[in-house]
Amino acid sequence: MAEKPPAPGFETLAIHAGAAPDPVTGARSTPIYQTTAYVFDDVDHAASLFNLQTYGYIYSRLTNPTVSVLEERVATLEGGRGAIAVASGHAAQLLAFFSFMEPGDQFIASNKLYGGSITQFGRSFKKFGWDCVFVDADDPENFRRAITPRCKAIFVESLSNPTGVIVDLERIAGVAHEAGLLFIVDNTMASPFICRPMRWGADLVVHSTTKFLSGHGNAMGGVVVDSGRFDWAQNDKFKALTEPEPAYHGLRFYETFGDLALTVHGHAVGLRDLGATMAPLNAFLTITGIETLPLRMERHVANAQAVAEHLERHPAVSWVAYAGLPSSKYHALARKYLPKGAGSVFTFGVKGGYDAGVALVEAVELFSHLANVGDTRSLIIHPASTTHRQLTTEQQIASGAGPDVVRLSIGLESIADIIGDLDQGLAKAMRS
Amino acid sequence: MEHESYSDAYLRGILNGVRTIAMVGASEHWNRPSFFAMKYLQDKGYRVIPVNPQAKGEAILGEKVYADLAEIPDKIDMVDIFRRAEAVPGIVEQAIEKGAKVVWMQLGVRHDEAAAKAEAAGLKVVMNRCPKIEYSRLNGELAWSGVNTGIISSKRRKL
Repeated sequence: MAEKPPAPGFETLAIHAGAAPDPVTGARSTPIYQTTAYVFDDVDHAASLFNLQTYGYIYSRLTNPTVSVLEERVATLEGGRGAIAVASGHAAQLLAFFSFMEPGDQFIASNKLYGGSITQFGRSFKKFGWDCVFVDADDPENFRRAITPRCKAIFVESLSNPTGVIVDLERIAGVAHEAGLLFIVDNTMASPFICRPMRWGADLVVHSTTKFLSGHGNAMGGVVVDSGRFDWAQNDKFKALTEPEPAYHGLRFYETFGDLALTVHGHAVGLRDLGATMAPLNAFLTITGIETLPLRMERHVANAQAVAEHLERHPAVSWVAYAGLPSSKYHALARKYLPKGAGSVFTFGVKGGYDAGVALVEAVELFSHLANVGDTRSLIIHPASTTHRQLTTEQQIASGAGPDVVRLSIGLESIADIIGDLDQGLAKAMRS
Repeated sequence: MEHESYSDAYLRGILNGVRTIAMVGASEHWNRPSFFAMKYLQDKGYRVIPVNPQAKGEAILGEKVYADLAEIPDKIDMVDIFRRAEAVPGIVEQAIEKGAKVVWMQLGVRHDEAAAKAEAAGLKVVMNRCPKIEYSRLNGELAWSGVNTGIISSKRRKL
């Protein structure tokens, strides 16, 4: 048997995975297939497509050639088997859980998640009868203690937004797999360049591609990546994939598609019925963004490290929560799981509390005051007055978004300009 | 040969080299995985001869069904096994007898002893894979479903 060539490096995959020159025109960049539907060759071809017996495009709610390139690229970078791209990160979480949850089912999540995810899991998911139990992820045993017979999955963020909490992925994966549960990791804040959750046991990885993957603050999107390694038939918890699907004439996804089961199900059932499709233009922008992901992430983390070190010495700052600092209690976990740097989003406490936080976001010039992260531009927000204002004060503090907390997403501008703008903003905030 | 993973060149060599495939365990029911694979492989130009004692004498997708490999009058290049692992050794014996060049066991089917026997007789072996999925992976169609195909190339693919 021929020797296998070495696997291509991450930078090569970020540019090439999923994309090839267009077979008809030779176009090198991935074309934007701005079409809703695709013609069938004949009735038999149409029937085969609707029966999932052959490959091809039917309708862009399910699949689209531009979106497929993005799906393969992210699946490859995460080391997964396949992926489903959707309209946003929230849609990715909805589709991931929709693929196996039933009314009355439960899953366990870290209590230090992006505030929007706590609201989605804790409130809106209740309308489907899905019960989310939040636990403190600092102790992996807290997940084990929360498991009930109706529990199906454990959900964490690899690098938590905005608190910089890093969870022990390997140990939590162990807890999940001992109980036959699916382990889902949101890898948005780290990106696959910095953290590879599937190496540590993640079964599914979800992303808001809106952040570092697209990277330029110009395209909404989300993605669910399946490792292809989870045995859906090991217990009776995942019947949507193991039992006959009436809408496909009794087809069993796991038996028919093996390790592609969730990827096929996510398109053929998930996108068919939830309809949270990614637009082809957004897929194109995200594909283009990913091509420079390794270069951007290197600069993002270098700039973030410099800003964090500067703020830690700043007289107007009471604390800095950045896992790249030796003072962080997550520093050791960061070195294990995020060896290339602790990301570029972190929080710090401004002396003077809520009012000083509000004054700072209004005083900065270069930083953009907005509710996003993972942009080429440096971004700033005061979570207690914006992203986390739907939460109670207790929830705000529990998720690391108390009154004095300011969140930064450090961009790619000149480091002296980033630090200079924060310094002048902090000086104004202290005077006010 | 180790059977944890296969190079693209090995699988391409097999799929480009065979024309006639005997599919053991082919089902006459359209929603069964074997029917999916048979229909797809026919569309790609392979002749697929179904083997299934329960459906002997009937036709699946226009091909007459045989009870076992020995009954098939035509030459067979590859035997594709859609049966449980316990059934594999007997099928491999017949495949060797019949002069097949390849034994292919479907997703979830693996029998290392039978594989070693086939290899000793000069046959190539693939286990725990689906020829439909591998054909589509190597020829671009699987990527349409958002799957990591492992293919990296800046060559323009032939239509």
